[in-house]
Amino acid sequence: MTVRNRSLSDLLTWASALAMLAGIYMAFIYAPTERIMGDLQRIFYFHVPSAWVGFFAFSITLVASIACLSTGGRRWDIIALSSVEIGVAFITMAIITGSIWAKVAWNVWWTWDPRLTTSTILWLIYVSYLLLRDLIDDEARRARFSAVYGIVGFVSVPVTFMAIRWWRTIHPIILESEGFNLTGPMLTSLLFCIGAFTLLYFTILVHRVRLEQLADDVEQLKHKVYR
Amino acid sequence: MGNLAYLVSAYAVFWAVTFAFVFRISRRQRALQSEIESLRRTLETNQDRM
Repeated sequence: MTVRNRSLSDLLTWASALAMLAGIYMAFIYAPTERIMGDLQRIFYFHVPSAWVGFFAFSITLVASIACLSTGGRRWDIIALSSVEIGVAFITMAIITGSIWAKVAWNVWWTWDPRLTTSTILWLIYVSYLLLRDLIDDEARRARFSAVYGIVGFVSVPVTFMAIRWWRTIHPIILESEGFNLTGPMLTSLLFCIGAFTLLYFTILVHRVRLEQLADDVEQLKHKVYR
Repeated sequence: MGNLAYLVSAYAVFWAVTFAFVFRISRRQRALQSEIESLRRTLETNQDRM
């Protein structure tokens, strides 16, 4: 890693740490208490951005997978894999925080609502991506398989996003064709948290990609030392 | 369990998963960097011998 790249990644790390702290301030202090749900509604400022990062991460995987298939570049495979890992972590957090909210709002931890069902399928699809990758030893074959899987698996993202619009659901709808179902400081806080989470995504992606590049360097050095 | 306890649990889960994920990446990066240093030293020693 060059000095310039390192200082850029340090800058990104500090910026996202500060943005996340500001996100906590927006969620707990700036945003007013909701009339019906009370303070519990504040889960929403981390739940929605977690789901957004999950969807965004899988979209980056789609783009990287297409680029990997067309160019065969190892870098694209690394980006696709890293983005899936981050996406799975954030979708997991969205599912868990949503389940905690549901316990109070719906009086159950879990129900097979269309959004919850499609989110679970989405999660399983991308966890399988990670598990299946490990079963293939040949690097080029693994990259091709993962790229095709990353493209086909992406179908589950728009289906999950649209599930609350296509089917009857009890899940709240925040974004409608007319715009957000929120106004004032609540909307500002939500949009700020979405921005902060997106920054956090890029920061983790940079570090995760760097990790994979280091693993490649180790393999190359081992080849030189033990040839 | 009061509403505030559910709120705290949700945020605790979020930060626990985030820190675990970041910690895992950082630990693996450090391990790989030290492995690279060690391999470079071995490579230099091998080249000096030749």
